[in-house]
Amino acid sequence: MPEFRAVTLPSGLRIAAEVDRRGYSAAIGYFVHTGGRDEVDIESGASHFLEHMMFKGSAKRSAADVNRELDELGGQSNAYTSEEQTVYYATVLPKFQDRAVELLSDILSPALDEHEFNTERNVILEEIAKYEDQPPFGAFERAMEVYFGPRGVGRRVLGTAESIQAMTVDVMRDYFNRRYRPERIVLAATGNVDFDALVEMAEQHTQTWATRPSTSPLPPDQSDTLPDGIAIDPILDVPDASQTYLIRVSPGPSANSDDRYATRIMSTVVADEGGSRLFWELIDTGRAEVATMWPQEFSDTGAMFSYLACAPEDLASNRKLMDDVLQLSKEKGFERDEVQQAINKTVAGYIMQSERPSNSLFGLGSRWLYRNEYVSLDERLDRYRRLDENDLHRVAEKYITTDATEVLAAPVSEPSESTLT
Amino acid sequence: MTVLVEPMPWLRTAAFSLSLHAGLQAEPKACGGLGSLLCEMVQRGAGPYSSRDLVAVQDNLGIDRNSSVSTSMVSFNASMPADSLADAIRIYADTVRRPHLPGDQLDDAKQMAIQELHAIEDEPTQRVMLRLRELQYGPRLGRTPYGTIDSVEALTMDQLRGFYETNYHAGGSILAVAGRVDPGHIQLLAEELFGDLKTGVPIVQGKPNGEAVYEHIQSPSSQTHIAFSFDSLPYGHEHYFQRRAAVGILSDGMSSRLFDRVREKRGLCYTITANCHSLQQGGAVFVYAGTTPERAQETLDVAIREIENLPNDLDPSELDRWKVRVESSLIMEQESSASKASSMASDQLQLGRVMSTSEIEDIIASITAQGICDEWHRNPPGNYRIVTLGENPLRVPTNCSSKS
Repeated sequence: MPEFRAVTLPSGLRIAAEVDRRGYSAAIGYFVHTGGRDEVDIESGASHFLEHMMFKGSAKRSAADVNRELDELGGQSNAYTSEEQTVYYATVLPKFQDRAVELLSDILSPALDEHEFNTERNVILEEIAKYEDQPPFGAFERAMEVYFGPRGVGRRVLGTAESIQAMTVDVMRDYFNRRYRPERIVLAATGNVDFDALVEMAEQHTQTWATRPSTSPLPPDQSDTLPDGIAIDPILDVPDASQTYLIRVSPGPSANSDDRYATRIMSTVVADEGGSRLFWELIDTGRAEVATMWPQEFSDTGAMFSYLACAPEDLASNRKLMDDVLQLSKEKGFERDEVQQAINKTVAGYIMQSERPSNSLFGLGSRWLYRNEYVSLDERLDRYRRLDENDLHRVAEKYITTDATEVLAAPVSEPSESTLT
Repeated sequence: MTVLVEPMPWLRTAAFSLSLHAGLQAEPKACGGLGSLLCEMVQRGAGPYSSRDLVAVQDNLGIDRNSSVSTSMVSFNASMPADSLADAIRIYADTVRRPHLPGDQLDDAKQMAIQELHAIEDEPTQRVMLRLRELQYGPRLGRTPYGTIDSVEALTMDQLRGFYETNYHAGGSILAVAGRVDPGHIQLLAEELFGDLKTGVPIVQGKPNGEAVYEHIQSPSSQTHIAFSFDSLPYGHEHYFQRRAAVGILSDGMSSRLFDRVREKRGLCYTITANCHSLQQGGAVFVYAGTTPERAQETLDVAIREIENLPNDLDPSELDRWKVRVESSLIMEQESSASKASSMASDQLQLGRVMSTSEIEDIIASITAQGICDEWHRNPPGNYRIVTLGENPLRVPTNCSSKS
């Protein structure tokens, strides 16, 4: 059985690990409590841009050194930024643990070199353009902006082309000093980890983190204005789109809510990609390319998303079918067999995922970052296994609604086929 | 049928890949999408199970599954908690041997395939890569598994049954199993379930016959999507791993040449990748980059220059980094039964046998920077097939004839 270990350093940096010395690899990551929701308008996109800049050199390494040394560790290393956390991670053979910890610790004190900053700005602009070309053409971001408002959780993580063009190194440095403080950071590890060595290396290589200059928070944004580059029109015109993409958002459970396990299983029964109620009605019949619903959990709030992708001329009939399935689930509840089927599928999925330490890292790190909570795999599986059809009916009644915020990405140049009804 | 078993007793899971020679090269020329439509139809009820029963029993066993049709094979892949393995293989024996092929579901299955074609229309990266594959290998070996809306709509139950009868047989088929399994038990199970499966001769087409050509697809997209390819060596060729190492030095990792010199040093793009791809009859290297129109020409020029320039300043440390990467991935493959089953099936198809980990390690250890350069000089990149999608066409190397 894996062993859970945790410690907090005098600096406030927290370290948590699920150790299984039988494993072939070790996954190691820094989880930083900062993301799009922590930015003000002039910092829009700073969390993500900063994540890129961490790989562009430190006091003792150039950008080329960082990339070269990460590759010398073999394995996989990367980073991502979300609405509320930024994560830097590496999966390596156990023999490279010390080098991986030293390298990840070092890059988290970035040089923020002006030349590198300006080159990387172009990469970020390319990343924004890339997502503009991919279905549903920015409609998820737009749905977040319309539902939550364009600031806080609803702020787009990549920022806008306008905010990235306007970003300066000074703004980024202040943001870094304000947010990357040891008490906001967790070092998490899973798999074949030498925990004592992990703590020792972290202590040695993060000593300066507590001495970062403190910067005062920036004044809040004026809530009656829109940030640069943001529109909250619920219809996105994609002139050459072959399909129409409808996204709906309504209240859902947070990552703290007791409803979250039941809501996930309820969404599996109603809406997962193979064998759910929506699958049989809309996908198996070839009526739509996608028809699904899922809970999106944040630390203190949550949303239910639903997503329909189909031919423009089929939108009205498909949304009616989708609404009927959702309404029936809400009114009549669920059969014991289908609930059991969804639980069995989910539990097996978790067991299979748990075999790779890299898969367990993100849940461990996030839970420790937000709640100082550790939940073992068996405990998580038990929480799913204890659910029944009454639990699912209760959350369906609470969270399923057809009165949702809607965003449509469609070829509106043909208005008769793509109007919202 | 070749049955391959790799016991991995330290895992809680098992996985298998069941492959039959019913791939794209067996499709009649005009029947684009036939192999994929049949792959969908055999899963709409088989043996004692209706379409819904199949999904329910697989979900209850905790089977994570997918199926695909490649140039040579149709493959059914499944991974699961180890206790479910025998039941899972029985279900797939029903699927490939006793499918109902329900005529009343043909229209639904076709509509599903057409939905996928519409979805691809909205995915510029997939569009350029699918078209590039056709240009690289020629219309016969490079055809896509999706067909066209017209070809899918024209398919009939008779064609599906005919394709099933002709190609779902034991000839050249592979069952690769890995995970917490007992090889003796798997052998007995395979004999029971597939021992009397009729045999047949796989349909194999000739050599790839693509030619150097440039195609531009006009689109108001935000980025210009650039894809190009050139001839390479297939997996199994004696110099394949030298070529694979070269492409790894170009594209594997954050210090790889294309990532470093196109993205990191010049900020020209967010995504740039190069991959080796193998058919039984030949191989190619496929490159993709997405970038805004004003940076597109430079992106293409620098990418081609870096690829052609590879042997001129190759540093042994670049090869060393690639070797560490391969060593790590070989060791980490031990963590995943699905990954092992899939690589065994791929080895068997391409090589006619499975390479052991130590054999691969020995080959990797023997690769030298000089060997890579010699191989690159023997088969230099050139005769590019190029596809771009975006606002404007680009200037391309002179030996590419232009089409639009």
